[in-house]
Amino acid sequence: MTYQLDARRLLCPLPVIKVQEYIKTLNSGDILEIVCTDKGSLSDISAWCRIHGHYLLSSSTQYREIFMAIQIGMS
Amino acid sequence: MKKAVALISGGLDSMLAVRVIQEQGIYVEGINFYTGFCIEGHTQAIRNSAKPKRNNALWVAEQLGIKLHIIDIIQEYKQIVLNPKHGYGAHLNPCLDCKIFMVSKAKQWMEQHQFDFIITGEVIGQRPKFQLKKNMPVVAHESKADDILLRPLCAKLLAPTLVEREGWVDREKLHGFSGRSRGPQFDLAQKFDFQEYAQPAGGCCFLTNGHYTQKLKDLWKHRGKKDYEFDDIILLKVGRHLRPHANFKLIIGRDEGENHFLETYQHQYISIKPISHLGPLSLIDGKISAEHIYYAAQIAARFTDAKSNDRVTLEIHSLSGSVQTVKVSPFTADQILKEWYISG
Repeated sequence: MTYQLDARRLLCPLPVIKVQEYIKTLNSGDILEIVCTDKGSLSDISAWCRIHGHYLLSSSTQYREIFMAIQIGMS
Repeated sequence: MKKAVALISGGLDSMLAVRVIQEQGIYVEGINFYTGFCIEGHTQAIRNSAKPKRNNALWVAEQLGIKLHIIDIIQEYKQIVLNPKHGYGAHLNPCLDCKIFMVSKAKQWMEQHQFDFIITGEVIGQRPKFQLKKNMPVVAHESKADDILLRPLCAKLLAPTLVEREGWVDREKLHGFSGRSRGPQFDLAQKFDFQEYAQPAGGCCFLTNGHYTQKLKDLWKHRGKKDYEFDDIILLKVGRHLRPHANFKLIIGRDEGENHFLETYQHQYISIKPISHLGPLSLIDGKISAEHIYYAAQIAARFTDAKSNDRVTLEIHSLSGSVQTVKVSPFTADQILKEWYISG
């Protein structure tokens, strides 16, 4: 299943906290698509995924918005 | 295997404390509390900066190979800021109450997740208030963590905890650091081959910053009550704050990043935007009369590229979405009074 999370306007670490809380409700293999505006969220969410065993599938930036897709790992 | 939860600030001390405990075969996970007053995240996100963006707590966790849980305590933390039992430090920093609160929250987390004890990177005497030796037992007692709170960097100077008495960790392999010198920590960092670590120059909390807390005190004074909302404390980090009148203040962006950020508040505040020249976005916080709008526009015009021009055209954006265009003469430098700047 693919889910969406809108974390625009939130400053770090709030986008990470939102991702962390949302992922608690998902299953391994699910995809979470996120849109953020904080420039630090790409590095922070990527780091959070690495330490929790999730996978950053893609990321891109359009104007001031950052798009990420995460696949939920086993942890 | 015993499990410890560590309070991770993102600085060197908590990083060292975790590694000392990991070296003893203990499984560690970290928690980092987000109060809303944390310096690094917001300031780096808002202002234009060539510096790469990084959350130090996450970075530290990755270096240590531990999971990090970031916990939002914004609402609960208000009681600590507004009514600290042990009072404030030099500014509005309720450091002792803050430490007690965070250790008590760590204890709750520990119990929910079946961990065995808590570790912190505290060093006796390194910081005033909560790291004084006499206050170490106060933190342990009032947080109700008591005997399961271990400070690996200064444990040898404190009474043995349950963690040491039961042999979960070897007390002899802990440390007895004290004082403001960072030498022992740097030596230990070298021993662990930590090549890089964050050393925030002014601490990690805006409540220790005099410029910031002057703005917070001003907010309480002019609203007539000691309280705040999350957006208030975020906006105190952004822009120049000028109070030319008891009923309102202007928040004026200092760079493109801040202007973009302030734009996201235009639905909550009356705003002033120059259109004839380049210049910052200004928000008006408070109650402003129609006659004072023009006055505020003259102040805002002073911060545009046309501050020496005769006329500047600006848009006044109301909360209802209507836009009024005004042409004003920018205030001169002398007309912008020094005492209007809230943080000096």
